[in-house]
Amino acid sequence: MTQESFSARRNTQNQAAENEQVQVNTTGQSAGVDDLLDEIDSVLESNAEEFVRGFVQKGGQ
Amino acid sequence: MDRRIYGLETEFGLTYVPSDGRRLTPEDAARHLFKPVVNWGRSSNVFLENGSRLYLDVGSHPEYATAECDHVKQLIAHDRAGEAFMLDLVDQAEDQLSEEGHEGRIYMFKNNVDSAGNSYGCHENYLIPRKIEFKRLADMLIPFLVTRQLLCGAGHLITEDDQTKFVFSQRADHMWEGVSSATTRSRPIINTRDEPHADAEYHRRLHVIVGDSTMSETTQLLKIGATDLVLRLIESGEIYHDLRLENPIRSIRQISHDFNGQTVVRLMGGDEPTALQIQWILFESVTEFVKRHGAHHDQVDRVLELWERTLTAIESENYSLIDQDIDWAIKHKLLHGYAQKNSLELSSPRLAQLNLTYHDIDPARGLFHVLKRRGLVSSVVSDADIRDAVENPPATTRAAIRSKFIRAARANGRRYSADWVHMKYEDEPGGIVLCKDPFAINDPEVDKLIDLMGQRP
Repeated sequence: MTQESFSARRNTQNQAAENEQVQVNTTGQSAGVDDLLDEIDSVLESNAEEFVRGFVQKGGQ
Repeated sequence: MDRRIYGLETEFGLTYVPSDGRRLTPEDAARHLFKPVVNWGRSSNVFLENGSRLYLDVGSHPEYATAECDHVKQLIAHDRAGEAFMLDLVDQAEDQLSEEGHEGRIYMFKNNVDSAGNSYGCHENYLIPRKIEFKRLADMLIPFLVTRQLLCGAGHLITEDDQTKFVFSQRADHMWEGVSSATTRSRPIINTRDEPHADAEYHRRLHVIVGDSTMSETTQLLKIGATDLVLRLIESGEIYHDLRLENPIRSIRQISHDFNGQTVVRLMGGDEPTALQIQWILFESVTEFVKRHGAHHDQVDRVLELWERTLTAIESENYSLIDQDIDWAIKHKLLHGYAQKNSLELSSPRLAQLNLTYHDIDPARGLFHVLKRRGLVSSVVSDADIRDAVENPPATTRAAIRSKFIRAARANGRRYSADWVHMKYEDEPGGIVLCKDPFAINDPEVDKLIDLMGQRP
């Protein structure tokens, strides 16, 4: 498969994510960390236990 | 070898998270994921135009095997290209599922264990000279590989006796044998299956299945780069310290579980160094070897610097030295920082979720990638390098021949098949070529097939 057969959507999504380089707050390390933690919370599935427990596959090689 | 062929095979974890309550088994999710692959190549096991292999493995693990690479940076770019292919398949599968009335998200993890303790791997392949005595290889390499998790373990949380703790490696608890030829029943540290995908008279393929899957490019550089350097030591025939372990499998687990690197490892000779001391001995032997013989590629200095810095960080318990460069240290900082800020125990479900989603390959959502976007982890290759690896094979290995053949076959609408060493034009009687040399970049016999494929109406 080549770039052409790829959905363009994800590539543009990535581009947007890359362009928004978040500046790490250098004046307040704590504020930067809080910002990071907020972002983490915003991307995680809300039910942690169910998410983790639901991930089961057979072993591979 | 001054120039070595490398390949990385990664099995990904896969899960579907419904937003409408309708579950899908991993098998169903995998089937949807690979539909475009089957449409493209009439199989769920295909070779791509960049020379790599995309494959749906045992246990519904999507797998990507990089094309043959002859430089560690190239290998890193090609390994990242594999993630890009998987992400595109996820995108298409989610669209397809949505059309079928399923609303949800597919997650793919570049990790080594699921939540039921099933394990799957990241396999490294190194081309080595046939003439190396296997016993010498095992004797010198196994001590390195058993302790290598200090350099490139992914970090993991395990619960033992109601206590949850951070350990070096995901894979260490799932290894069963030092050396073997099977890979499903037993889990050996190194594998001797002698399909070299090369000329067996000159080369052998070293298959290493003990490594954790790697998110961080600098960790990948160290993992592959250091292993290559140790192999050079072995190939030199020079005499080194006897570091043979009495019980490699027991040691590999103990070392993983002791986050201070202070577990003593019993050697066959009776000595009991710590895992850290073993790594220092190997590091010093390699450094001294490089001083005498020179650096054989342009990343050797970077590998050695990071190797030394990692051992120093463990020794001084100052992980900030490597918390942008080494997977377990990046993850350790993330997990402990989050736990502390939110007053959570390591045993909390949220921490288990962080441990898992560190390995989520989605760049908008995976936690390693969140850190990367914020400039909190280092890189080795650029996004342009990765895009190039998605499109194009390495120009310097046999992958270039395979790529040319596949492109020509597809451009002319011809039926073909390919594997690591064969290329076959199905409509031509006897139209099969065997390319044994992984360093070859062109083959006149393959060019003849390409001409034929272009000629017929």
